[in-house]
Amino acid sequence: MTAHSFALPVIIFTTFWGLVGIAGPWFVPKGPNRGVIITMLVATAVCCYLFWLIAILAQLNPLFGPQLKNETIWYVRFLWE
Amino acid sequence: MLWRVCKGYTIVSYAELDESLEDPETGEVIKWYVFLISFWGEQIGHKVKKICDCYHCHVYPYPNTAEERREIQEGLNTRIQDLYTVLHKTEDYLRQVLCKAAESVYSRVIQVKKMKAIYHMLNMCSFDVTNKCLIAEVWCPEADLQDLRRALEEGSRESGATIPSFMNIIPTKETPPTRIRTNKFTEGFQNIVDAYGVGSYREVNPALFTIITFPFLFAVMFGDFGHGFVMFLFALLLVLNENHPRLNQSQEIMRMFFNGRYILLLMGLFSVYTGLIYNDCFSKSVNLFGSGWNVSAMYSSSHPPAEHKKMVLWNDSVVRHNSILQLDPSIPGVFRGPYPLGIDPIWNLATNRLTFLNSFKMKMSVILGIIHMTFGVILGIFNHLHFRKKFNIYLVSIPELLFMLCIFGYLIFMIFYKWLVFSAETSRVAPSILIEFINMFLFPASKTSGLYTGQSGYTLIRKDSEEEVSLLGSQDIEEGNHQVEDGCREMACEEFNFGEILMTQVIHSIEYCLGCISNTASYLRLWALSLAHAQLSDVLWAMLMRVGLRVDTTYGVLLLLPVIALFAVLTIFILLIMEGLSAFLHAIRLHWVEFQNKFYVGAGTKFVPFSFSLLSSKFNNDDSVA
Repeated sequence: MTAHSFALPVIIFTTFWGLVGIAGPWFVPKGPNRGVIITMLVATAVCCYLFWLIAILAQLNPLFGPQLKNETIWYVRFLWE
Repeated sequence: MLWRVCKGYTIVSYAELDESLEDPETGEVIKWYVFLISFWGEQIGHKVKKICDCYHCHVYPYPNTAEERREIQEGLNTRIQDLYTVLHKTEDYLRQVLCKAAESVYSRVIQVKKMKAIYHMLNMCSFDVTNKCLIAEVWCPEADLQDLRRALEEGSRESGATIPSFMNIIPTKETPPTRIRTNKFTEGFQNIVDAYGVGSYREVNPALFTIITFPFLFAVMFGDFGHGFVMFLFALLLVLNENHPRLNQSQEIMRMFFNGRYILLLMGLFSVYTGLIYNDCFSKSVNLFGSGWNVSAMYSSSHPPAEHKKMVLWNDSVVRHNSILQLDPSIPGVFRGPYPLGIDPIWNLATNRLTFLNSFKMKMSVILGIIHMTFGVILGIFNHLHFRKKFNIYLVSIPELLFMLCIFGYLIFMIFYKWLVFSAETSRVAPSILIEFINMFLFPASKTSGLYTGQSGYTLIRKDSEEEVSLLGSQDIEEGNHQVEDGCREMACEEFNFGEILMTQVIHSIEYCLGCISNTASYLRLWALSLAHAQLSDVLWAMLMRVGLRVDTTYGVLLLLPVIALFAVLTIFILLIMEGLSAFLHAIRLHWVEFQNKFYVGAGTKFVPFSFSLLSSKFNNDDSVA
């Protein structure tokens, strides 16, 4: 319905998880748990960014489209568009 | 009988006592009879006495005059009163003493148990030469040596001993036990790793990474926004009330949930995120940004008539007569770009939803799995570095990495390449990745068109070279270096070491190579469980809520209440508890087998110091003073 750009979400998510994973460790306060918290931040950033990236790349160039029932087609046509 | 024996010369009169008294010997409550025998003469008296003795009767003297009888009766009455008073007072006193004892019996039990534990510990010490002191050999972490000295000094001072206790450091060749410091947050994850095996002394601790990867892999299999949120709320409740005393002492199952509260918290949080990406909230999708698929563009009215001949387009009669129609992304305007956050919501309405999701989730599982396993091999490098076996890095880790990355890393590359390069226009010629992958090994006579030019030549070169390196290189040079290392041993042992090392390395190489393939396939359970979860929640919605929501308003409101209640109960029991346990188990299996067998040995013993707080859990289990 709406045209989605590809570049904008990539930039937003890359900067967001980049902040969490790369800039975040600099701000962790010194203490006995510093190593654990830094590892957690980096691992979270890597896992979540990768998961989102796989989801958007899988839909970037679809090889086939969704099969809809004709009632759904009418519904989508008049309510979403 | 008396009448017969005495030939009628006795008179018997008896009466039953009013109260039945307690027989002092047996404690039973029996009825007592009192009888009075009047006789005349000595011999009859003897006979009567003998008969009475036979029947174990109590005989009492009977005074002759009435006044004496009354006196005796009064005396007896007073004695009875006195005895009653004494008995009552004794019972009261007994009850008081028992009550006072009952107040302190709990603390006394704990004290006894503590003393028993201390004596048990002292039993493990050995005696000095002079038999006057005890010597204890203990393991102590180096960081705590100062604290140990101070504690010994304080103890000697407070107990007023004449000779203070002291400690010496003894060199030893034994392997120390493993001590890993945890706080209440990391303890749960460390328990997960320790359940497989406690780490060998000073090897890399996978629990540090398990803190995030375990909830993440669970969430990939559980992936539902609504269910994840409920789980998160439940865990939050447990965490906020963790100091509540009732939670500390509950029984087994509740205690397991309580111990894993931080794990549950992270699992719920990650499930919310993966639910957002899977676009699955109680099996319904959320349309936040507008779908990327445009239905109107499929109609012929959206395109200029010049292009109608090239494409298959719809109009109203086509749509009315066909019950199922498929959108075609090669028609311009139908597909307008990928949905920015997760899976497009139109797939929830599509009948071929699973075809798309299966392809997506399978590739995702393989990508996540290979990255997880590669990370495991890299952790093995840290192990080799620490144990000063640098040759192991070149001979074991690098071939392992090469094998993994050249074969499965190439698979990942092919997946990403196909996603980026092939689109709807070229979909007819898009090759199947799996067939290309298998062809890499089989070299079929008929070459199918590869993903890119020059693919066949590349596969040949790369595959042969790294297989050579991995299978043979690690064995030969490893053995050579082991001989150098064990050079100080006797010559007789050298041959034996060589054979043993050869065997171990061959087994390790074969196990690793086969394991790579089977473990990669094993990660497909990420796909399988997330599919099962999505289908279960879809069925629950279709069978329950849709039935409730379709009824019209007159009965609908009344019907909807029990339907929602049933929906909630079944969601919690089937989807949250059963599926949650299942995904938990499979995530643990992925960590224990596929991730940890790349680097973890886990043959150590745990350092369990003597501590009263560890005993306290036993106090709650044994209720009696055992």
